[in-house]
Order: sequence, then C-alpha cells, then structure tokens
Amino acid sequence: MGYFIGLLITLVVFWYTMSGMNKPLILSLGAVSVVLTMVLSWRLKIVDKDSSPYGRIVQFLLYWVWLFVEILKANWRVIRACVKADLDINPALVKVKTVCRSDLAKTTFANSITLTPGTVTVSVEGDKLLVHALYEEDAEPGAFDEMDRRSAWASDGGGA
Amino acid sequence: MLTDAIEFFHLVRPWLGGAFCLLGAVLTVIGTAGVLRFPDFYTRLHAASITDTAGATALLIGMGLMAPGWVVVAKVAAIWVFLFLTSPTASHAIANAAHVAGLEPLIGRLGRGEVDPASGEEA
Repeated sequence: MGYFIGLLITLVVFWYTMSGMNKPLILSLGAVSVVLTMVLSWRLKIVDKDSSPYGRIVQFLLYWVWLFVEILKANWRVIRACVKADLDINPALVKVKTVCRSDLAKTTFANSITLTPGTVTVSVEGDKLLVHALYEEDAEPGAFDEMDRRSAWASDGGGA
Repeated sequence: MLTDAIEFFHLVRPWLGGAFCLLGAVLTVIGTAGVLRFPDFYTRLHAASITDTAGATALLIGMGLMAPGWVVVAKVAAIWVFLFLTSPTASHAIANAAHVAGLEPLIGRLGRGEVDPASGEEA
C-alpha cells in the first residue's frame, strides 16, 4: 500500500510540474491520466520496492550527491585522455564482485559504474559484474568497494 | 543587503547561464573528439559518457540560469534526473550487445610510440 501512495504522490507532483496550469479542465484531465497510470501499473503487478523506492529517497539523495562528486572527478581524467596530444590509455576488462543483494541495489551499482566516465558495466551475472575500464589503474581490485558499499546502503539499508 | 544581492544575481544570471552553456558545448565537443580518436568500440563508449554527464549537466545548469521562471527550472531539473537515470541504461545495453555478439576489446597500454596490439582474453 505504501508503494501505491508513493507512486501516487510522485505522479501528481510530476504531472503538476510538467503542466503548471490551474484550469479545471486541465486538472481533471491530469487526474484521469494519473488514475489510469495507477490502474495500469496495478494490473501489470509492477508496483513493488524496485519500481517505487520512494521510501528510501533521503538515502538515494545522499548517495547521488556523493556519486556526482565522483563523476566530476572521473570526468576530468577522461577529458584529459581525450585532448592529450598522444594517445595514452590502458584499457582493461575486469570482474567485480558485489555485496548487493536485491535487484534494485545491483542496478544502482551497475548504473553508477556506467555513469562514471572511464568505466562501463558490460554484463551482470549473479553477484559478478564485468567492467570495462579506460585505465587499468581505475579498476584495480577494491577500486569499486566504496561505491558498492554505498549503493547497497542506499538501496537496501544497513550496508554490508 | 539581501535585495542588493538578489538584484546582482539577476544582473549576472544571463551571463553566467551563457558561460555554463558554452562550457557544456566545449565538453560535448571534447567528448566527440574522444569518440573519433579512441581506437575501439569500448573505449569510444567512455568518451561518449563525457557528453552524457559533464556536458549535459553544464548545458542544463546554463539553461536553468537563463530560464524565465521556476516552472522551467523544475522541468530542466526533471530532464537532468531522467537523463542520469536512462543514459547509463542505454550505454549498458550497447556495451552488453557488443559483448554478447563477441566483440573483443583491445586490452593493455596503447599509444606512447609503439602500439601493443595484445588481443584481450575474457577476464
């Protein structure tokens, strides 16, 4: 039930942000579309922790702030590699083991790796991720431990 | 004092927004140059992710600073959130498709005079 309420609040806020109009006709059309979306997602049985993780929004916001700083730092390295006069890269393909249990946590972790320039998640099998890195130094064993721990904390709580 | 600061902010807002848009454009061009320069598919994907993250963020901050009202700022913020949720998914889909199709990445140090064409083995 909490997931439905979270989805409802998100849809209403999102619709109102996109429209920004207060005419009765527009508002009632918005209400109809919100209700239709709710009914369709209930019939598809996709409303659960993975699709409506709004109860953990504070943790995700904190994680996002940390991730954004990491992204900026990683961007700098890849920008330098792009504009350097001589090509100087050291690509590697490594396996990374994750402590994340739920699908949401694994998705968060894998997408964080991909979002950080210089590393891309190539495939996910069980609790192992195949990561391609532009610099082998960036993908040493343990390089992803902190991101792993933080995404597990943001998605599942507690941490490992 | 506070009204002075707000007035000053509104004075520099368009210029600041323009500077951020220019920065975003430069970062996007750098990402494109990387895509053209890097040797194989997987490394090119890394260059493209500059455009996805830093370039898009700078451009959207610039647009937000030049926006006429808060509704537009909220919409720009929503675009940013969706971009950061969907672009890694798309990158992963492309990389995974290449991996499943059996494309081998170049592994080992490249450039600096001699090129070492060590073919990558599955790690």
